Amino acid sequence: MDMPTPKAEIIAKKARVIGLLESVLPKEAVIHHEAELRAYECDALTAYKCPPLAAVLPATTAQVSDVLKICHQEGVPVVPRGAGTSLAGGALPTADCVILGVAKMNEVLETDYPNRIIRVQTGRTNLSVTGAVEEDGFFYAPDPSSQLACAIAGNIAMNSGGAHCLKYGVTTNNLLGVTMVLMDGTVMEIGGAYMDAPGLDLLGVICGSEGQLGVVTEATLRILPKPEGARPVLMGFDDNETAGACVADIIKAGVLPVAIEFMDRPCIRATEAFAQAGYPDCEALLIVEVEGSEAEIDEQLEVILKVAATHNPVELRQSKSADESARIWLGRKSAFGAMGQINDYICLDGTIPVSNLPMVLGRMNEISAQFGLDVANVFHAGDGNLHPLILFDANKPGDLETCEAMGAEILKLCVEAGGCLTGEHGVGVEKRDLMLHQFSPEDLDIQMAVKDVFDPAWLLNPAKVFPLTVSAARRAA
Amino acid sequence: MMTPTTEAELAEAIGAATSPLRIKGGGTRVMPGAGEGLSTRGLSGISLYEPGALTVVAGAGTPLAEVEAALEAEGQMLPFEPGVMRGLLGTHGEPTIGGAVACNASGPRRVQLGACRDFLIGLRFVDGAGRVLKNGGRVMKNVTGYDLVKLLCGSYGTLGVISEVAFKVLPKPETTATLIWRGGTFAEDLQVMTEALCSPFGVTGAARGHDGDVLIRVEGMAGSVAYRSAQLRLLAGRAAARIETDASANDALWRDIRDVTCFAGQPGRIWRTSVKPSDMPAIAALPHRHMVDWGGGLIWTLTEENIDLRAQITAPGHSTLLRGCGAPLFHPEPPPIAALSAGLRAKFDPRGILNPGLMG
Ligand SMILES: Cc1cc2nc3c(=O)[nH]c(=O)nc-3n(C[C@H](O)[C@H](O)[C@H](O)COP(=O)(O)OP(=O)(O)OC[C@H]3O[C@@H](n4cnc5c(N)ncnc54)[C@H](O)[C@@H]3O)c2cc1C
Ligand SMILES: Cc1cc2nc3c(=O)[nH]c(=O)nc-3n(C[C@H](O)[C@H](O)[C@H](O)COP(=O)(O)OP(=O)(O)OC[C@H]3O[C@@H](n4cnc5c(N)ncnc54)[C@H](O)[C@@H]3O)c2cc1C
Repeated sequence: MDMPTPKAEIIAKKARVIGLLESVLPKEAVIHHEAELRAYECDALTAYKCPPLAAVLPATTAQVSDVLKICHQEGVPVVPRGAGTSLAGGALPTADCVILGVAKMNEVLETDYPNRIIRVQTGRTNLSVTGAVEEDGFFYAPDPSSQLACAIAGNIAMNSGGAHCLKYGVTTNNLLGVTMVLMDGTVMEIGGAYMDAPGLDLLGVICGSEGQLGVVTEATLRILPKPEGARPVLMGFDDNETAGACVADIIKAGVLPVAIEFMDRPCIRATEAFAQAGYPDCEALLIVEVEGSEAEIDEQLEVILKVAATHNPVELRQSKSADESARIWLGRKSAFGAMGQINDYICLDGTIPVSNLPMVLGRMNEISAQFGLDVANVFHAGDGNLHPLILFDANKPGDLETCEAMGAEILKLCVEAGGCLTGEHGVGVEKRDLMLHQFSPEDLDIQMAVKDVFDPAWLLNPAKVFPLTVSAARRAA
Repeated sequence: MMTPTTEAELAEAIGAATSPLRIKGGGTRVMPGAGEGLSTRGLSGISLYEPGALTVVAGAGTPLAEVEAALEAEGQMLPFEPGVMRGLLGTHGEPTIGGAVACNASGPRRVQLGACRDFLIGLRFVDGAGRVLKNGGRVMKNVTGYDLVKLLCGSYGTLGVISEVAFKVLPKPETTATLIWRGGTFAEDLQVMTEALCSPFGVTGAARGHDGDVLIRVEGMAGSVAYRSAQLRLLAGRAAARIETDASANDALWRDIRDVTCFAGQPGRIWRTSVKPSDMPAIAALPHRHMVDWGGGLIWTLTEENIDLRAQITAPGHSTLLRGCGAPLFHPEPPPIAALSAGLRAKFDPRGILNPGLMG
């Protein structure tokens, strides 16, 4: 993976830039000592690291604007940062950039139950948004597995999803408005507490733009009344094909579960060893969850279980209590941790049409054999968002490279199967160089044209999303 | 009127154009302005429908009714409930799926399930330079590159001519019930809608008809609908006057809300105002005729021809002039936003030939 050569003239004026930043921010909000900068040298894609020129932690939108004005005028690239949990290297710095972190901006600005909205500063963590409204019976629906740590800022930039998005949608479907600062320091309000855009849907393109169009400092989010209850069932199958067919049939049967999660045998075994959730030792496992009152849950589960029964499950486990529900989810929720215990891994994020699930899983096994690395699967089956975990040994020379090459093959397979490179983690640097497998040069050109409008000098997070060769002319201009 | 029958022909037509084009889907909304007509009706047909994957892909010129019939046959639906506005607008023609996308057309279910833009997962389009482009795809979760799908949805043909659209669809609920309250004041009726939407009972419609009736809709499996109707019976201290459970009566009730039939054939301007629900009563107090949807978040207003409703509203939000002329169609935007929008139009349509002037 290449990054642009840092500009020597920017590194040469580090002292000047820091002086300017300190003129608009409290001293402690400007970080520039080598040791302290290490905290900002990578995100959760730890294979790539580079300390930035400096990091700043503004406390207000006005300060964000001041910082951006300075960087704009000095021609210094800026990489926005939330909590640094990106798995795609979205928040990876370059040596000549300023990291602009919103971690200090984590206030709830307004909760408005009658209008079912909450307005927060974007440094606030995902889970603490729900935390702020939970006692009053509401929740914020998008629930990435990283929700304890990740910030709304990163969620908006990556358009993050979660286990329950089959029913509730992803971030973009739950975002009503933002306060955003353009690279030149212009502060703007886009959208608000109403349900649609007055003109072009700018909010729609800002969400998911990976910190390349503006720095989002505040957000108006939709909150929802909590359902009365929820209950999962666990189903085990003899092969992936049958489990895949069962997913399609459940969906066709007319009930819409809130979540359909899938685990394959390698993943089941690893999590069993780690968490002892009592999962059956089978080829494929589904966790299907529905919501409502007790009676409504029974009504839906009856349909789902009837469908499942036609696919000869080796196990059908209904939860009868909150405890049993927790046990059913336990293995799924510990899956990443469990894999991390036994191996280094990278987590892919391609999406495929659900109908191609058996084919893609079959091909993935062939690719795994070809590259000689194991792959375990745990993913959101209802929406086809795969998370193949490729297991490798970071201490073994060449293993990471093999792992990345294998990952690229699997993602290309997802595209060939009618899907895409990333369903929720974003492109960042990780999938940047694969973009031409999914898009034509013109498709990428029109996307870059959007950045041209918001950030004509290409200073905001410029080395991400678009292959460097494709963005070279614009970055140089 | 040019009527290309393939995407390549469409690209050629746009690439070769030397003067403004007026893009037309079903023509149910006749847009002001001059230019040569370019119809999408030749780009018709469903190219992929996988009920088990909840996805449908169709040519932009496919009649909305054709898409809805295909889904209906599998017990599924377009969740965002796009309207048919020809009655209201006094036009003819058959609305197209691409036209619904171009207008981000969304009906009563928007309040709970989302708008057209929330279910649109991919599209293909031709930009003003005649380039064939795609964004999104046919899968439900996709964050690969910028989300131009949302940007194109609701761009009214000013950023490109959409040739193909892909949607996430949903199972059609087996049962529907509507609880009906006799109207009180707008503030009291807002309270009913708000309590319904703040309940855990999955309300998929909350409207106040022009006659003052408040309608609260629940949908789903039979037992669940019966349970939720019972739970919702008493709201804001008022009991529902009755519960409509007949399927075709429910269809009719919500079709009237969706298509704003109460103002069809009535002279005057029709405005579509989007605001924070709690701002609704102040707007509904203005001396015009109003109909309310989205739990108060959407207000349809019939005014006399000379009235500028925007000048009378102080709440944040915006009004579109759906019928009538003499005022801008779209709500004027603050300068920094207008500058971004104009910048985007200039990139997507460098020669300014796609519905020029329509959005600013
Ligand atoms: C264990 C684990 C599990 C995960 N599970 C999920 C999951 O289930 N679903 C999912 O979708 N993701 C998941 N992720 C990925 C990650 O948590 C999300 O992408 C998250 O939204 C990133 O948020 P962050 O605040 O950490 O952003 P960061 O990592 O700090 O930044 C991410 C991107 O956002 C940009 N950005 C940050 N702040 C701003 C701002 N204020 N304005 C503009 N741009 C900004 C950055 O430049 C960068 O491009 C997981 C990650 C981990 C480590
Ligand atoms: C201002 C406005 C507000 C509306 N509000 C609502 C609403 O609240 N609820 C609702 O249900 N419906 C609404 N509609 C949509 C309407 O109900 C129809 O669904 C919609 O107009 C599509 O019908 P049509 O195919 O006849 O399109 P037309 O009437 O032919 O075209 C409508 C607009 O879309 C453009 N257009 C059509 N097809 C394409 C294409 N393939 N590519 C690019 N541009 C195209 C046209 O240039 C024109 O600007 C609204 C429409 C307009 C114009």
